[in-house]
Amino acid sequence: MKLRRAKEFLITQFKIIMGNRFGFVGASIIVFFCVVGLLAPIIAPHQPWDTLRDSNGKLAIMRPPSMEFLLGTTALGRDLLTQMLYATRTTVLIGLVSGLISMVIGANIGLLSGYYGGKMDEILMRFTDIIYGMPFLPFLIVLIALFGRSLWFVIIAICCIVWRTSARVIRAQTLAIKQRQFIMAAKARGCTNFRIIYGHIMPNILPLLLLYTAFNIAWSVLAEAGASFLGFGDPDNLSWGGMLYNLWISGKIRTAWWWFAPPAICIVLLVSALVFVSRAYEEVANPRLKQR
Amino acid sequence: MLMKIENLKTHYRITDGIVKAVDGVSISIKEDEVFGLAGESGCGKSTLIRTIMRLVPDTAKVNADQLQYRGEDLLPLSDKEYRDRILWKEISLVPQSAMNSLNPVYRVGNQLAEAIQTHEPLNKAETRERTHQLFKGVGLQPELTRNYPHEFSGGMRQRAMIAMSLALDPGLIIMDEPTTGLDVLVQERILRELRAIREKSKASIFLITHDISVIAEMSDRIGIMYAGRIMEQADSMELFNDTYHPYTLGLKNAFPSIQALDRELISIPGSPPNLSKDIPGCVFAFRCPFAIRECSYERPPDLEIKPNHFVHCIRTDKVDEFRERAGEKKTWQSSK
Repeated sequence: MKLRRAKEFLITQFKIIMGNRFGFVGASIIVFFCVVGLLAPIIAPHQPWDTLRDSNGKLAIMRPPSMEFLLGTTALGRDLLTQMLYATRTTVLIGLVSGLISMVIGANIGLLSGYYGGKMDEILMRFTDIIYGMPFLPFLIVLIALFGRSLWFVIIAICCIVWRTSARVIRAQTLAIKQRQFIMAAKARGCTNFRIIYGHIMPNILPLLLLYTAFNIAWSVLAEAGASFLGFGDPDNLSWGGMLYNLWISGKIRTAWWWFAPPAICIVLLVSALVFVSRAYEEVANPRLKQR
Repeated sequence: MLMKIENLKTHYRITDGIVKAVDGVSISIKEDEVFGLAGESGCGKSTLIRTIMRLVPDTAKVNADQLQYRGEDLLPLSDKEYRDRILWKEISLVPQSAMNSLNPVYRVGNQLAEAIQTHEPLNKAETRERTHQLFKGVGLQPELTRNYPHEFSGGMRQRAMIAMSLALDPGLIIMDEPTTGLDVLVQERILRELRAIREKSKASIFLITHDISVIAEMSDRIGIMYAGRIMEQADSMELFNDTYHPYTLGLKNAFPSIQALDRELISIPGSPPNLSKDIPGCVFAFRCPFAIRECSYERPPDLEIKPNHFVHCIRTDKVDEFRERAGEKKTWQSSK
């Protein structure tokens, strides 16, 4: 029964995304990046931090794309294709994990404060306001100064910030749903608050929830790229932003177009893909968009 | 006595005072009886049942001399005790506008199952069997349990809600406006359903509506509510044939009757009082054509004019004159 329901759910989501041209393109791009990230260690031709020599035995420094090095090499003679593959892995991981965690936080805060109202609402929403006032980068700098540069602190920092928008939107929607007659009816037949929040209100705002999940992941990818480009990323786990940071400190940003282009293009592609998918959900949450 | 309510008060706190939505209601419902409560919109009917069902918000202050179900005091029970023992097992509800009382994202059968499983540890097969039985009981095909609410018509949803209220064989079913928003044919079918249920089950029905004809048709006993108080309460034949309260007389004028089709309908001018104001006397005095100065001095008692016939009025001695004059239009127009 549970399994069948989960299958039904997934099929519906699949239909929503695939039934929309934007959604299809976006989903394809995302799936592509996920697969590349998963397979990175297998398909990568070299190690990301190895200094390479070409077939003539010379150090392969700052080589433009060629048959030997498909995406060229860095100023320290490292293979850019390999770096791109590993960076995809890190970026997608950070994006997904922090996007999903911030969705869980945002959804719960929104649901609880919308449903209970009163003091609970006041406390949670003022807390959200405080988070709204918090700038991401300074927050990350403080966190890293305290704990050191690591993948997980980047994820934690992103989670702490990104949930705020979804919390507000979901609270607003919860306020609307909880006034509906069927919530009163559920209460009358003895449903607990827990059951009403997660069993009756949440399924009714699911399209919105998924829409904001996609937004949150997109925002997380961007935030991670920004942080890494400024040098606050994990030095052991290269990401797209981290590649741009390496390029920047090598001082070759004006000449090495082959170094600059792939991570930049990929960031743009992944973020737009996520926005495309969220657009497919937006049409479910807001059917008026469909008529256009 | 199935349910005994004495001097029940539900007051809402608002920013600038207190709204006395229910202000001293005393009614009693016997076993195997239909008690009809009639009143205009905003008279506190819904607040009364929400108080019984414990659905009032925290801003409400509930107070009563007695609120008993089969001799057990309900007020001291904790919310959990109430939910575990009384709610749905003993007292169930068909909510107002049953049209919107089903969650659109779940199959109707699953919502019935939820009502059952919240209160009784039945397994899946037993629950499914029970929902099928309940659907058959209200004249719906058992296969329809697999449908979603939007695939139901208004009448079907109303039936589904009635089936849900019968799920645990309660002693008292509260029905909040069960026929409002349905066309007359469906209304008639729902009423027929209710009568059939009465024959099959022993449950008493507490029927709440602003439609006096529904009440007249269904009820054994009737209460007339106005501005948070019960104006008159009697067995239904008695209430219509031997009316004492001016408000009830006014209501009778405002409804068409089969016996006197050519009779002109007379409405009661004015509107109910603001319940956040403190009214020392009779709440109907402002609109009552027979009000004298004494009416607004102090709250009238619930006089037991005849056995089991209560009237909330101090001028019952003049009732013959009232009945005579109540049929004339100018009587009502002359009151402010």
